[in-house]
Amino acid sequence: MSTQVETPLLVSQYETIKRIRAFEDKSISLFQDGIVPGFTHAYCGQEAVAVGVCSALEPGDRVGSNHRGHGHILARGADSSKMLAEILGKRDGYLQGMGGELHIMDASINILGANGIVGAGIPIAVGAALSDRLQGNDNVTVSFFGEGATSEGYFSEAVNLAAIWDLPVVFICENNLYGEFTPASEVVAGEIYKRAEGFGIPGVRVDGQDVVAVNEATRTAVERARGGEGPTLIEAMTYRWYGHFYGEEALTGDYKYRSDEEIADWKTNRDPVKLTRDRILQEGLADEAELDAIDKAIDEEMESASQFAQQSPEPPPEQALDFLYSARIPGPADAAKEL
Amino acid sequence: MAHTATYIQALKEAIDEELERDERVFLMGEDVQAGPFGVTGGLVKKYGPERIRNTPISEAGFVGAGLGAAIAGSRPIVEIEFAAMVYMAFDQLVNQIAKTRYMSGNQVSAPVTIRSAVAMGLSAGAQHSDTPHALFTHMPGLKVVVPSGPRDAKGLLKTAIRDDDPVMFLESMALAATKEELPDEEELIPFGRVNVLREGDDLTIVALGSAVPPAAAAADTLQAEGVSVELVDPRSLVPMDWAGLFASARKTGRVVVVDDATPLCSFASEAAASIGEYCFDELKAPVRRVTRENVPVPFSPPMEKHILLNPDKVLDACRSILTLERSV
Repeated sequence: MSTQVETPLLVSQYETIKRIRAFEDKSISLFQDGIVPGFTHAYCGQEAVAVGVCSALEPGDRVGSNHRGHGHILARGADSSKMLAEILGKRDGYLQGMGGELHIMDASINILGANGIVGAGIPIAVGAALSDRLQGNDNVTVSFFGEGATSEGYFSEAVNLAAIWDLPVVFICENNLYGEFTPASEVVAGEIYKRAEGFGIPGVRVDGQDVVAVNEATRTAVERARGGEGPTLIEAMTYRWYGHFYGEEALTGDYKYRSDEEIADWKTNRDPVKLTRDRILQEGLADEAELDAIDKAIDEEMESASQFAQQSPEPPPEQALDFLYSARIPGPADAAKEL
Repeated sequence: MAHTATYIQALKEAIDEELERDERVFLMGEDVQAGPFGVTGGLVKKYGPERIRNTPISEAGFVGAGLGAAIAGSRPIVEIEFAAMVYMAFDQLVNQIAKTRYMSGNQVSAPVTIRSAVAMGLSAGAQHSDTPHALFTHMPGLKVVVPSGPRDAKGLLKTAIRDDDPVMFLESMALAATKEELPDEEELIPFGRVNVLREGDDLTIVALGSAVPPAAAAADTLQAEGVSVELVDPRSLVPMDWAGLFASARKTGRVVVVDDATPLCSFASEAAASIGEYCFDELKAPVRRVTRENVPVPFSPPMEKHILLNPDKVLDACRSILTLERSV
């Protein structure tokens, strides 16, 4: 694979967008095979946001994620094999099967973790930025959350903390138009990006399907944050293809909270994979054959990740009693045996 | 050499020494620069407003920020002014901080110390008087410490700040003015070791935090009547020194657990159940529990006094089992 030095930024962004899409396609296919325990909250449709943001970051920067976090974590450079193994609950997964897809974390690349509670990751990201400030580190922390999280108290509390302390945080609100099975238009008052004004920080709205627009807005915010000028709120307008979680129709039944036409429109006309590919071709940054080669390499990577994940052993059941504290704490039965 | 300190002064000494020792340690919470209980006031002069950090009235936000700071390598001490306000931050405490190491597959720890004032007992009313220590033992992942005197307060708080796991450190304001000799040299008191406050053979009273003074007063009365009482303070609920409790229960065969909290699913219940389960053969009488009444703390002093612990309630429980002798 060529390095970023030789590859135009847009082409490397395309590669990561494509990697996220292929990863989600693979995880959905494994879900359909019935071997994914629990749920999968697919990121399909939103790829340009994660990639536009993360391609504006330096290696030491931190990323806090949410329940729809696969894309954020892959965009940061996480290993697709270990991610897929975690989604299958296997021993070689990132969390050794302890957390699953809602909690994927790779501390070695400064990922603060996905989070199963809407909004809960936002103050955690702010705290990481506070720590960096106190310890004299030059890092910026990005906090990803959806438009649904802006209705949680966490959003207001965390943005307020970052604003009063001028912390190096970039808040990325991915407005994918729905919170679970309810349209944002029913439950979110006003314009989210305009809430920034009330906190005295910049707020901008970008087209979340346009990786270049997302990247440019993020670069401005990151520069501001690293320069000690405080946080920025970016609202990226986007769309989740597969609903709150893949296969949600099994729970929602006949209830329709969005139209087939709307879904088809986003898939056909605003697919970030297609938009980015078209733009590369228009600008002559690569030709069809080069992009096809990228696609093929990624498909092979996901096939290999899938094999790795499926072949990884199950964790031993008794591992469930590990990792709670730095050392295991004996209970009353242990104490009684010792006496 | 030694010096005398109050519970409040002892807590302040612990925080001061740990801030001095480790650059990664910082303190944040509402009004910590002013320090309305006297614990943290004045520290800002020595350490500045970055490390003695006033927060907005925003418990969920700044407790979450404490977790993020801990993951990123700091050692935050987060103060929640009253323990009855911890509910505002409950998700961060029990769903985030407590589960961070576990969910991450041991990738990261969450070394946050959360300090909070409990047991006001001063007509503070129903929303400022809770002692919710048992809640945090019910959620695996937190350590829970409730010191009963100045020396323990200092030595246990220093241990909490250095611990790699998150610690709920509950400071009993009912004990604020108590005084004790503290060693001048550094003392770290480990979690999970009972403190036998007095040794005896006839009856064990288990008590921690603000339950210790009424338990000790009852023990004095019984001692004067010729009953040999063992008073055992577990000091930390997680980890719990079960072996220490069981050893005392097996020695005396009679146990009263005094817990300054509501009774249902309480520390008193857990201790009574475990002692019953693992010391059954040696018990001469059922384990008795003495707790607050099962109501919020009322405002008016006569009612507040009525539902809180006192030495007579402890005495009644002790006397009710002293004459029992189990025949099998």
